[in-house]
Amino acid sequence: MTNPDKTGEGAGTAGREAITGATDVVSAEQRERHKDHPRRGRRGGRGRGEATRVPDADFRSYHGRPVLNQIVWEARDIGGYLFLGGLAGASSVLAAGAEHTGRPELARPLKYTALAAISGSTAALIHDLGRPERFLNMLRVFKPTSPMSMGSWILMGYGPLAGVAAVTAATGWFPRIGRAATIGAALTGPLVATYTAPLICDTAVPAWHEGYREMPFVFASSAASAAGGMGLIVAPTAQSRPARRVAVGGALIEVATSTYMERRMGLVGEPYEQGRAGKLTRAAKALTLAGAVGAVLGRRSRAVSAVSGAALLAGSALTRLGVFEAGVQSAADPKYTVVPQRRRLEERKRAAAKTG
Amino acid sequence: MTQDESPSRKGFFTDTSVCIGCKACEVACKEWNMVPEDGLDFLAMSFDNTGRLSADTWRHVAFIEQREPLGHQDSGVGRPAGEGPGPVNLGMPSFGLPGQRTGEHDEAEGGDFRWLMSSDVCKHCTSAACLDVCPTGALFRTEFDTVVVQEDICNGCGYCVPACPYGVIDRREVDGRAWKCTLCYDRLGAGMEPACAKACPTDSIQFGDVDELRERARKRVEDLHEAGVSSARLYGEDPDNGVDGTGAFFLLLDEPEVYGLPPDPVVTTRDLPSMWRHAGAAALVLLAGATAAFAGRRS
Ligand code: SF4
Ligand code: SF4
Repeated sequence: MTNPDKTGEGAGTAGREAITGATDVVSAEQRERHKDHPRRGRRGGRGRGEATRVPDADFRSYHGRPVLNQIVWEARDIGGYLFLGGLAGASSVLAAGAEHTGRPELARPLKYTALAAISGSTAALIHDLGRPERFLNMLRVFKPTSPMSMGSWILMGYGPLAGVAAVTAATGWFPRIGRAATIGAALTGPLVATYTAPLICDTAVPAWHEGYREMPFVFASSAASAAGGMGLIVAPTAQSRPARRVAVGGALIEVATSTYMERRMGLVGEPYEQGRAGKLTRAAKALTLAGAVGAVLGRRSRAVSAVSGAALLAGSALTRLGVFEAGVQSAADPKYTVVPQRRRLEERKRAAAKTG
Repeated sequence: MTQDESPSRKGFFTDTSVCIGCKACEVACKEWNMVPEDGLDFLAMSFDNTGRLSADTWRHVAFIEQREPLGHQDSGVGRPAGEGPGPVNLGMPSFGLPGQRTGEHDEAEGGDFRWLMSSDVCKHCTSAACLDVCPTGALFRTEFDTVVVQEDICNGCGYCVPACPYGVIDRREVDGRAWKCTLCYDRLGAGMEPACAKACPTDSIQFGDVDELRERARKRVEDLHEAGVSSARLYGEDPDNGVDGTGAFFLLLDEPEVYGLPPDPVVTTRDLPSMWRHAGAAALVLLAGATAAFAGRRS
């Protein structure tokens, strides 16, 4: 049950504080050195004999172990939940616009997309629960302090609307109810696409919490890029113009806001550039930009448009996985918890010294 | 319940300056609460093979060895003289530098080596992030102002785990639910003190009314400072801190991060109103942007 990868447990990552047992393994000379640099031995995050990954931020920790408990969510489930929720919400908005401007070939498939995506998103969320059979306990309470509670209620409102919109589009039954549901889904869709940002930011995970101002915009633009990309895949070029605009606009804003967010966070933004999260984030940006370029240049070709749309979808999915992974990495390293808090304390102390 | 009937806030004051690292609290907690075994690992760090607080560890004794010429910890500091028995040798391991025992150094001078030991536990925050984010209401605040999970309601969403700024609550993978210290809710109901406090042989873990414990903690720090232990400080008790004060607080002999505690944690939900505002704005931008994309020439 104790998974060393998840808990950070085990000797590999733990820096040794001191020598226990036989005291004579510490030579007099070594001891002298320790006296000169009393901080060295106790700095965290160092495996023995292992090169440090980043320039040493000066901080102390408990044997290099993380302060936070590790995120128990699965990347595939929760990353997928974030991505599919965004795709569904933005697809509903596009579908309503397409329907009202007489583009049925764009509207209908996007309604199907929305229903499929929101079903997938909800399924992923339920699958990730420790007790999936108790999913409905989410609806015991209405709790504005819990984005997951609010999200469950948003899903309860949006899901049926997206369902009715898709079913009426497929069967042609009850057209008036269908139109109302389409509009309802379009109005609640943006909330579905963005509430997941507060959901992950409302945690102690440094790389998530610190980005709470930008994250909703990253998610909204990433959702637009994904839904627009889907529009490029499913609709003929004659009807896909608005989808193309949304796709390209979303893609550019996504790359811009996520880059801005990672920079502004400073030290805590580091995980977005390192390790698995770094790879995912870079791949996401490359795919998203390539998709945007392809969507503009290939606007006359259905095939090029579809390929570009696929790139945008993949880019959006990787963005969410990258964000997820960055959070995991930032929770696993005590540096990202301790250093910013320590700095805040020192600043406060300095300010108090000035006024006092 | 009227004002008079509701019991006062209960909590822990963990005075790490007298902790001897016997782990009686860990054992007592496991026994009383029937917390399952969580792996017999050898972590190769100090005498601590428990590692951290988790779903199956509700008390965790941290061990830190330091080459600090601060002298031996004197567990008797601040105790009224002549009261109770004197120090008892419990046979705990100790280390001396070579030569020290042969009389080369003056014993009274003390070695340049010290142990820090601290029994960590759920802080029972006044503003508890775990409780705020729980979507099922499984986490609730009791009449003793403590924070407890109702295991029959928790659906194992795992949200509370990354929300806790102290790394306390965790999901037990075998049964899929979240678990943590309950401050022995069942024992409190029966008028008993929690198992860990009962078992602690040095009174390092003190249980009681939070107001009174705060008073006691302040007095203890003063006494220690007077006795020359300048590194003594309180952690968590300040009602103006990032979690509006903890119900379980500590007297530490070094910076909190050395014990694996966050130096200045802030409850994440403090920023939630702003998060909702940003999310709302982003939703409107998405709606407006998509609408604008449909404007203009048809093609
Ligand atoms: S320490 Fe963590 S688990 Fe305990 S009450 Fe505070 S937030 Fe909840
Ligand atoms: S895991 Fe259980 S206790 Fe924790 S937030 Fe989810 S429902 Fe609440």
